[in-house]
Amino acid sequence: MFSIDRWQEIYSTIRKNKLRTFLTGFSVAWGIFMLIILLGSGNGLENGVKEEFKGGAMNGIWISSGVTSVQYKGLKTGREIKFTDQDYKLIKNSIKGYDHISARLFLGNVLVSYNTEYGNFFVSPSHPDYGYIKEIQVLKGRFLNQIDIRECRKVAAIGEKVQSLLFKGKDSLAMEKYINIKGVPFKVVGIFRDFGRDDSEQKRIYIPITTAQKVFYGSNVINQISFTTGSATPEEADAMLRKAKMTLSRSHTFSPDDPRAIDIMNKSEGVRRFNALFAGIRLFIWIIGIGTIIAGIVGVSNIMMISVKERTKEIGIRKTLGATPASIIMLIMQEAILITGFAGYIGLVLGVGLLELISKNMPPSDFFRNPEANFAIALGATVLLIIAGGLAGLFPALKAAAIRPIEALREE
Amino acid sequence: MINISNIHKTYVTGNNKLHVLKGINLRVEAGEMISVMGASGSGKSTLLNILGILDNHDHGEYILNGIRIENLNERKAAQLRNKYLGFVFQSFNLVSFKNAMENVALPLYYQSVKRKKRNAIAMEFLERMGLSEWAQHLPNELSGGQKQRIAIARALIAKPKVILADEPTGALDSVTSQEVMDILTDINKKENITMLIVTHEHDIAKRTQKTIRITDGMITETVIN
Repeated sequence: MFSIDRWQEIYSTIRKNKLRTFLTGFSVAWGIFMLIILLGSGNGLENGVKEEFKGGAMNGIWISSGVTSVQYKGLKTGREIKFTDQDYKLIKNSIKGYDHISARLFLGNVLVSYNTEYGNFFVSPSHPDYGYIKEIQVLKGRFLNQIDIRECRKVAAIGEKVQSLLFKGKDSLAMEKYINIKGVPFKVVGIFRDFGRDDSEQKRIYIPITTAQKVFYGSNVINQISFTTGSATPEEADAMLRKAKMTLSRSHTFSPDDPRAIDIMNKSEGVRRFNALFAGIRLFIWIIGIGTIIAGIVGVSNIMMISVKERTKEIGIRKTLGATPASIIMLIMQEAILITGFAGYIGLVLGVGLLELISKNMPPSDFFRNPEANFAIALGATVLLIIAGGLAGLFPALKAAAIRPIEALREE
Repeated sequence: MINISNIHKTYVTGNNKLHVLKGINLRVEAGEMISVMGASGSGKSTLLNILGILDNHDHGEYILNGIRIENLNERKAAQLRNKYLGFVFQSFNLVSFKNAMENVALPLYYQSVKRKKRNAIAMEFLERMGLSEWAQHLPNELSGGQKQRIAIARALIAKPKVILADEPTGALDSVTSQEVMDILTDINKKENITMLIVTHEHDIAKRTQKTIRITDGMITETVIN
């Protein structure tokens, strides 16, 4: 069926009809080129937005205390809700399926110094699990651990920016050195990188929450509880959040429907929303892309139709000399597939090339970065091309097979 | 070799029926060379198409080399044409973008003969026609006589039992016509290939063993030359 001879036969036909072949291929190359550019741009958009989500687990939920805005059980509005260690323990015990949980204090930007160097940094007292919730990467040393919490050690994990500012870039100097936070010395036990894009996320210092409570507050107050939902489905994650809300509502007597008593940031919900949006955008792009390719296929089909008409006599001769209808169909279809495949491949390469060029030379912006066409897209486009080529060739091939030799040869 | 009896053929176009062949009986022995004459519209080309399995007959019986030709599908018809029949046309009907050698080799392509082998065989046949130095030329670079000799080589390459020629000299001058007839006569004698030549030229018809005249869809005269 795929004899070398037939390919040679097709090759000789193509070689003798260069312009026709070029015109046929161009529309297909254009279609694929556009599809790749569109898909690549879609990916660029998606990558840009995903970048916005970086610096924190995609399944993280953050609950901060706020001020009530709804009257509830005879209590007036405007009450400040204050979380304590008790709430952290309550939530830890009531929700099921979380994989990391941490409480946090908001100490805010405070003066931190090392010898003669000093600066304002965001100090964040938390549990060791917060390292997972924030998805930080430890570069040197370690993050906080349970012993730090239990023994209220004065230790700190500092961001790489903090280190470069306080220690003037010599990281070997930072480890095991004591930095001064609000006048209290803390030993640097680790240096980390945060993938968040915010400057304050880069310039952050983590210390054990128990130490901070003891040293800076003298109470068991906390400001925020955060946890990751593990492998929970979106519905299960929602249930966990509801449960946490109910627990807090009961222990602090505020309406569960009060939007301000507690402040919730549910990252997975945002991610879900964006995923849905991008699924929509992708669908849209494929529809446009396939539309463009269909225009290309119709073009190929049209030109093949004309080609068959032009070749009526040749096909008549072939049939007279013993060509079966099947061999004529294969001849035309393979030519169409070859032209679409080859031209499409050129379009593919050009499209990917252009994307690479853009990706290399365009600075990534907030909503557009790294436009790319991945392997799956290329594979999908290739399969599409072969099917497209087959479709483009089918009708002209059937028409060619129906040519009656007598009529073909009578034509002068 | 060819045995047809009571062949009828009617062409229907819209409401018009055209009864072209009205009961043709013809017997051609193996190795015979006969000519068919007739005015245009007499049905001689239709007869040739039916004999060439390029068209179906409505009634009657056609036996080619002992095979009954009736209601064949296109695939079977194509195979029989390839195996038993060689065609020579007035307008040569060479494939314009193939050179002389490739044109001659084409029937062997449909017998799945390997490219190298069929090109080598094609060269032998071109040599017999005295055209080996023109093997790489395209048809439009050749004279009418050369084109017809290439067409004859192509008709011969599959070693057919019968050669059907439709006005083979119709587009040639008288000298070249005689040369082409020399070749056809020679092949008929040496290879014992049955030949049926449609022509309207008397001096061409005279060079065959027997001439059949068709008038209005029927054989009206048979002359032994």
